[in-house]
Amino acid sequence: MGHYVLRRVLQMIPVFFGATLLIFLMVYTLPGDPIAAMFGDKAADPATVANLRHKYYLDQPLWKQYLHYMGNIFQLDFGTSFTGRPVSEIMADAFPVTIRLALVAFFFEIFIGLPLGLIAGLKRGSIADTLVLVLTLVVISIPVFVLGNLAQTIFAINLGWVTATVQDSTDITQLILPGLVLASLSLAYVARLTRTSIGENLRADYMRTATAKGLPRRTVIGRHLLRNSLIPVVTFLGTDLGALMGGAIVTEGIFNIAGVGNVLYKAINQKEGPTVVGIVTVLVIVYLVASLVVDLLYAVLDPRIRYA
Amino acid sequence: MPAGTRVRWAVVSATSVALVATGCGSSGNGSGGGSSDASKTFSYQSSEPQNPLQPANANETGGGRIVQNLFKGLADYDPSNGKLRMQVADSIDTSDSQTFNVTLKSGWTFHDGTPVTASSFVNAWNWAANTGNNQINSSWFGDIQGYKDVHPDSGAATTDKMSGLTVQDDTHFTIKLYNKVSYFPYKLGYVAFSPLPEGFFKDPAGYGQKPVGNGPYQFVSWDHNSQVVTKTFANYQGVDKPKNGGVIFKMYTTAEAAYADLQSNNLDVMDQVPPSALANYKNDLGDRAIDAPQGAIQNVGFTLYQADWSGQDKAKVRQGLSMAIDRNTITTTVLQGSRKPASAWVAEGVEGYKAGTCGDFCNYNPDQAKQLIQQGGGVPGNAVKITYNADGGHKEWVDAVCNSVRQATGVNCTGDPKTDFKTARAAITGHQIDGMFRTGWVQDYPLNANFLADVYRTGAASNDTGYSSPEFDKLSTQADQAPSIQDTATGYQQAEAQLAIDMPAIPLWYYRTNSGFSTNVQNVTFDSFGNPAWTQVEVKG
Repeated sequence: MGHYVLRRVLQMIPVFFGATLLIFLMVYTLPGDPIAAMFGDKAADPATVANLRHKYYLDQPLWKQYLHYMGNIFQLDFGTSFTGRPVSEIMADAFPVTIRLALVAFFFEIFIGLPLGLIAGLKRGSIADTLVLVLTLVVISIPVFVLGNLAQTIFAINLGWVTATVQDSTDITQLILPGLVLASLSLAYVARLTRTSIGENLRADYMRTATAKGLPRRTVIGRHLLRNSLIPVVTFLGTDLGALMGGAIVTEGIFNIAGVGNVLYKAINQKEGPTVVGIVTVLVIVYLVASLVVDLLYAVLDPRIRYA
Repeated sequence: MPAGTRVRWAVVSATSVALVATGCGSSGNGSGGGSSDASKTFSYQSSEPQNPLQPANANETGGGRIVQNLFKGLADYDPSNGKLRMQVADSIDTSDSQTFNVTLKSGWTFHDGTPVTASSFVNAWNWAANTGNNQINSSWFGDIQGYKDVHPDSGAATTDKMSGLTVQDDTHFTIKLYNKVSYFPYKLGYVAFSPLPEGFFKDPAGYGQKPVGNGPYQFVSWDHNSQVVTKTFANYQGVDKPKNGGVIFKMYTTAEAAYADLQSNNLDVMDQVPPSALANYKNDLGDRAIDAPQGAIQNVGFTLYQADWSGQDKAKVRQGLSMAIDRNTITTTVLQGSRKPASAWVAEGVEGYKAGTCGDFCNYNPDQAKQLIQQGGGVPGNAVKITYNADGGHKEWVDAVCNSVRQATGVNCTGDPKTDFKTARAAITGHQIDGMFRTGWVQDYPLNANFLADVYRTGAASNDTGYSSPEFDKLSTQADQAPSIQDTATGYQQAEAQLAIDMPAIPLWYYRTNSGFSTNVQNVTFDSFGNPAWTQVEVKG
């Protein structure tokens, strides 16, 4: 086990470098000059442009820029944005907001998605099952921005139950609606995944054995069925946590939440290299850690899975 | 955010219908006559500033509108009519349109209590113009003698003082220009010419995060990506004393989110409703809807530097293409009335604006369009492309313009989208495009010279078409040397007439402010910059 974890952590290093290099290349080789764009419609003043390019290290060849950037990262210096703020500070502002939102969404996925899947899976063909299938199908087929705008119009503008956008992102109650919207798609997947998995495992031998032993139904379902059925769901949830962090751009835009998605969207628009690469680098780490945790959870859920 | 995808309940209550019937579509005041509380703040839709908050560094709207409220220069523009009005300056006099004597009013102070003196201006301008300080608006000081010493084309500044600026005493200084520019005071209304307090020069970066100005509002806090809070400055000496307690600039990434907040009264005043709400906003907001003219124009320019377009006869082709565009139909249908057809190269409401300079060439007339194009030898290859940036919501009207041209003249017109604004700008300034391109002009100051000299003069910084007309240049120079601003405006009208003959760019339509405000505020009016008259907004008590 210890070996396995060590090997996984070591594997993360090349992935980390590869991912950051790719992101760096993508951002810095995009056409268009971010410095010239600062001047808007007006013609850029060449002397100022040259100075600013020098200031942001943009007058160097690409490989030098990358080495410079990585060198700084190892001193935990993520560079400076065009506003003069350190990128680390920008991230320190944005990540907690998105983490809160992602956790709210994650909560809904687990505490709504799983039970729905469980009910549908246990009572296949019932009205409840059909209802879950139809509902999740509807959610999957509607794009998030439609769902978000719809929810905003109904619950905020028409009914006035909530504020149209998030006024204070530390107030969890305000994050419920955007969290639900953000969770909706994954929630539907979780429900369907759980349903299928439970449906398959219901017919497994160990289930018959457990029932034959006379174990109470709660134990059979809770300890035997659910535990075994959760493996694919946990895999999905693990990677989804990473997706929630990075994929909140649309939801954060609709509900005007100053999170990672929002900052990233703006930074990409302005071609603010340091901010984009910094945020994506952290997101890559989140992904890597999340998938490591998922792999380790396998052993907890199913002891037959051993790591050499 | 994809625009135009907003799903909306098209339920309009009876009351709002009645409101629409009684008074919408005005230039917006909605002063219901209710009582107001001058100590209350109101919120405004904004976006995170792209640069530190320094006056000479704020050229984008996010930072610009905040800096504008924190600082006040020698003069500004009356929001009701766009005319220049004195603020810190008591007078700006000149006898030769080249040397300007500035007299300041006394009693003005910065928010930190230090007095605003002649040196506050001169030092600020010298600092802003200096190459070493990387200020985006530094070229604004280019008229002043000695600018080339503090801002050489390359390399470091040889001095840190412009020779054209001389401080006489605390309330007097003179500005000497390289050339005669009769309307220079109009430029002085731009925020880059704001004064700076002594403390600024010790820590410009720190001041960029916590600006100290002399404007109607003083800086309270900047919660990045969330809001900038200001409060009314008690000792403000300007002619526009605030009728409210301050402005809270709330950051929005999308206009859709801001509009949703406006409808539910979480936001008081906004910039511009999103395109998806254009059709409905007057119904949604009733007499709180605003539809006001803006000093901005949308054009289509030609690549005059290319052989295909540079011939003498080609002016006829360009005039023909202009006549092939059905501006009325496009503005009312595709643009949903959010623009007004242009009849000149200067936007309406701007000092010196003269309707109809473009003459018949801006009227839709397919027959004459075809004739003119034929007389001019036709469009090269009978095909033309209009380059535009795909991220700015321009696709719809570019396609419509092309359709109009195709149907009227048979010239095969197609849109040529570039990914985003940056890419399109790079292609345009790098002369890597072919034929026609989207261009536009938003006023820096509300005087016709700004729409003409800065765009069409030979070698002007924003002359993207490469237009060069000795006649136009001559008339412009004459106008610059005129003894009064009035004469300058008339002089530039003559220069503008030359554009109708040469048609370097086709004027399409003028922008408008389509906005609204919440039920918490009243007396909201917009100026030609598309900004509300900040200090005049009243918050209901």
